[in-house]
Amino acid sequence: MNPSPHDDGKRPLLSRRAAIVAVLCSPAKLGCAALAAVAGLWTLAAGRMMLNNMPVQSARRFKVGFPTDYPDGYVETKYKETHGIWLVNGRYAGRQEIFALSTVCTHLGCITTWQQRGEEFKCPCHGSAFHKDGMNFEGPAPRPLPRYAIRIAEDGQLEVDRGRTFQQQLGQWSDPDSYVAVQS
Amino acid sequence: MPGVDPPGNAPNNAMSLRERIRNAQMFKSIFRHARPVDHKNRVLVVISNLVLHLHPTAVKEHAMRMRFTWCMGGITFFLFLVETITGVLLMFYYRPTLFWAYNDMLGLRDVVSLGVLREIHRWGAHAMVITVMLHMYRVFLTGSYKSPREFNWVVGVLLLLLTFLLSFTGYLLPWDQLSVWAVTVGANMAEAAPFVGAQGPGHQLLSPGGSEMITSGSDAKFAILGNSEVSEETLNRFYVLHCVAIPLLAAVLMALHFWRVRKDGGISGPL
Repeated sequence: MNPSPHDDGKRPLLSRRAAIVAVLCSPAKLGCAALAAVAGLWTLAAGRMMLNNMPVQSARRFKVGFPTDYPDGYVETKYKETHGIWLVNGRYAGRQEIFALSTVCTHLGCITTWQQRGEEFKCPCHGSAFHKDGMNFEGPAPRPLPRYAIRIAEDGQLEVDRGRTFQQQLGQWSDPDSYVAVQS
Repeated sequence: MPGVDPPGNAPNNAMSLRERIRNAQMFKSIFRHARPVDHKNRVLVVISNLVLHLHPTAVKEHAMRMRFTWCMGGITFFLFLVETITGVLLMFYYRPTLFWAYNDMLGLRDVVSLGVLREIHRWGAHAMVITVMLHMYRVFLTGSYKSPREFNWVVGVLLLLLTFLLSFTGYLLPWDQLSVWAVTVGANMAEAAPFVGAQGPGHQLLSPGGSEMITSGSDAKFAILGNSEVSEETLNRFYVLHCVAIPLLAAVLMALHFWRVRKDGGISGPL
């Protein structure tokens, strides 16, 4: 076997030429290499096909009415089934804000319910409970409900973007994209 | 040839009806051997038969040690066959859509004749999980995983995982509260898995050339559910996995599992 042009006196274990020759030297090895290549490509293709390009989902960004529709302390429940959010006008960190909370309990993923009487979001699965501002205070939930991005759109309506989440325990609720400040 | 030629002194015809059938062209095309009156034909009966030739022509005495094996492997395979047959019958009356799934399950329970097969399918699934674990327990206690049988144990563990996956995918199909939330919890576990889960550790490492491969729209949870949450796509996906993909894979692995037992000298053979 000829030494490669760039070696420094040491013979490489398998040069590129030697590797190609080793594979092509017999039909059996060529067949096995072809089979392995096709099997590998099929596996990758099947993996990609599993990722659905057309899931039936509600819109990621959607409008939810004007800030005046949300008086102090109000919790809007009508977007729970369709978009999976609670819209709340509440106080956090000394500010009166409108924000959108996820309805999904942070314990194992069940959907919380709003309890008007106790003013809490309660999870029916294992009893986790969250205050109106989304902070967890009871049960096995490990962290508060996440917020979604919310802003005032061009026409003055509130617009929620479920593509961005904000976690309180990471300090992200001070990000102005996570709330719309309102007069109290 | 013994068993084929007509007997010497028959009362009425040269051949009785039985022998005429026996010597007919169609009969000989179906059964390629003579009557098993000698050793050669007893062997031929087995090896010229599609189903019987899977068995050895002679069964070793140690294969009959029920106190040793509890017959759990065989019972598990029997339950797999029961599940396959009842499953196919159930498929005539079940539609995996949001609108029909729960109603069809109630229909099988209350209206369809012999719809109790739906219950038998469910109980069989529970029983199969129990027997497969007893089988695993038995193989471990008797040391039947030791050399040269180590790889067959590995194949057995893969079959155990497939049994659990069959249970998991089948559990969604009635589409009741237990179904939806059990699968939600399981999928959230996939989301938290290392490397392949969008909320798990290490998923940023799978970013060739800076483009994120594992996001909430392209991680293991999304691939399993077909959506961001348990939905109609999930129901269809689990139906295909439960009825086609996983049973095929299980059949292939079972063939390997049984073949290895045979090659190692038969079940419960000495090491």
